[in-house]
Amino acid sequence: MEIIVTQLFNGLSGGSILLLAALGLALTFGQMGVINMAHGEFIMAGAYTAYVTQNVLGSAGLSLFVSLPIAFVVGGLLGVVLEATLLRRMYHRPLDTLLVTWGVSLVLQQLARDVFGTAGVDVPAPSWLSGPVELLGFSFPRTRLFILALAVAAFVALALALRFTPLGRRIRATVQNRPLAETAGISTRATDRLTFFIGSGLAGVAGVALTLMGSISPNLGTSYIVDAFLVVVVGGVGQVRGAVIAAFVLGIVQSFLEYSTTASIAKVLVFALIVAFLQTRPQGIFAVRTRSLA
Amino acid sequence: MLTMTDVEVGYGRTSVIHGVTVEVPPDGVVAVMGHNGAGKTTLLRAAVGLLPTRSGTITLDGEDVTGTAPHKRVRRGLAYVPQGQQSFGQMTTLENLQVVADGRARGAALVDEALDLFPALHGLLGRRAGLLSGGQRQQLAIARALVTEPRLLILDEPTEGIQPSVVAEIEQAILGLTRRGGLSVLLVEQHVGFALDAAGHYYVLASGRVTAEGTGGAGSVTDVRSAMAI
Ligand SMILES: Nc1ncnc2c1ncn2[C@@H]1O[C@H](COP(=O)(O)OP(=O)(O)O)[C@@H](O)[C@H]1O
Ligand SMILES: [Mg+2]
Repeated sequence: MEIIVTQLFNGLSGGSILLLAALGLALTFGQMGVINMAHGEFIMAGAYTAYVTQNVLGSAGLSLFVSLPIAFVVGGLLGVVLEATLLRRMYHRPLDTLLVTWGVSLVLQQLARDVFGTAGVDVPAPSWLSGPVELLGFSFPRTRLFILALAVAAFVALALALRFTPLGRRIRATVQNRPLAETAGISTRATDRLTFFIGSGLAGVAGVALTLMGSISPNLGTSYIVDAFLVVVVGGVGQVRGAVIAAFVLGIVQSFLEYSTTASIAKVLVFALIVAFLQTRPQGIFAVRTRSLA
Repeated sequence: MLTMTDVEVGYGRTSVIHGVTVEVPPDGVVAVMGHNGAGKTTLLRAAVGLLPTRSGTITLDGEDVTGTAPHKRVRRGLAYVPQGQQSFGQMTTLENLQVVADGRARGAALVDEALDLFPALHGLLGRRAGLLSGGQRQQLAIARALVTEPRLLILDEPTEGIQPSVVAEIEQAILGLTRRGGLSVLLVEQHVGFALDAAGHYYVLASGRVTAEGTGGAGSVTDVRSAMAI
């Protein structure tokens, strides 16, 4: 019983990190057909934003909350620059974007090495996040609970914004029928740019969360980008809610497999399961349903 | 209101529209007729800005819009109802209208006015547009166009492929719109009778060229029929 609860919690916690890393990708890959390998480096930029903010402010307690919005803007701006300079010429050409953004991600990593050095740096968690919460005889690390709450909050905020705000309606309309959106008076270029800002901004937020998990280094993003893409593909391209289910299922499966085997075998098994799943359901958990072209 | 002068339009390397000149006067209703594949839809896509013109010019209210994006033409008073009852299928009927009304000062009132034209939509506001019938989706498409407060409405075969019971309703709505002042209409239509009923001027298109034109009204039906028979 104890093992089940512990592994379940570890799984949810791992899933929440996957979700934070993948949420922005679900938006930009799923909805715009852009494979952005630099998304991982936007995560890294968010993490270093937390590092810089903490050095400037000096107080860990305050800087966590200050760095979340700043990292969102930093990630968002990086995304907009990438979109405006390179990606806008390559919508719905996944392979081209893959190569170009891979190059960009290498450049960003080198840039981070030049500025912050190759070695990892620590961003100490605020004191109110240190130690565990004891509940029903189990102990849950506070940092992991915080990340879980942050991931859920980010998803809920994104889902509500897509569903109920004018910008959300414009994004959905543009995704569903671009020419129709244009002729309905929507600037699809402006909508694309804002979508990219939000998606990349979420990567920045994920980066802040990752500073709570350990030290950060310029190649932080490379360890998350593949998993994040797996979440998007398994969830169903273009489906934000699919990404949620996929992230938590993958997190929990991986956690239990890691317990019964080893970390690397668990990884291989997860890969195998994903391949098997995509064999039977190539469109992912959710497919975009349409009755006609409309 | 709208002029297309000597426009050349096509896809890839092939040209589909060869040097067509069309004018829609302020408050005027103009019909474009022609067989399937004549290039009617292609011509409208160029008018709206979804397809670039290879040569020729397009003006709206006397201003050159030849290279401008569709949404900017919409801002200048153009609205377009494409062929095939298109809608944002995953969004509700109401959201389909809201997404156009967003940011407009009179947005809510405009949605209500558009719905007044097609009362049948009132009961379907919460339903996903992709689940509506073809006729309902076409009514939604016209309503959506009206929310932009157009001064020029461009309609591509608005009754094509729609169940007969709804065709009359849509035709009545279009006739009502053409008679309400301040709105020009460019109508592509296969039903010669209805098109000439609505239009003050017509063009017949064949193989991407204007092969006949004249004034609307029932008196022109035989002229159009013989022009189309060639
Ligand atoms: N997307 C497209 N790509 C290439 N050719 C097209 C495309 N759409 C239409 N055409 C061609 O252009 C010509 C005119 O088509 P269209 O404008 O749709 O005619 P109409 O609306 O009068 O039936 C046809 O020969 C058609 O095959
Ligand atoms: Mg057509």
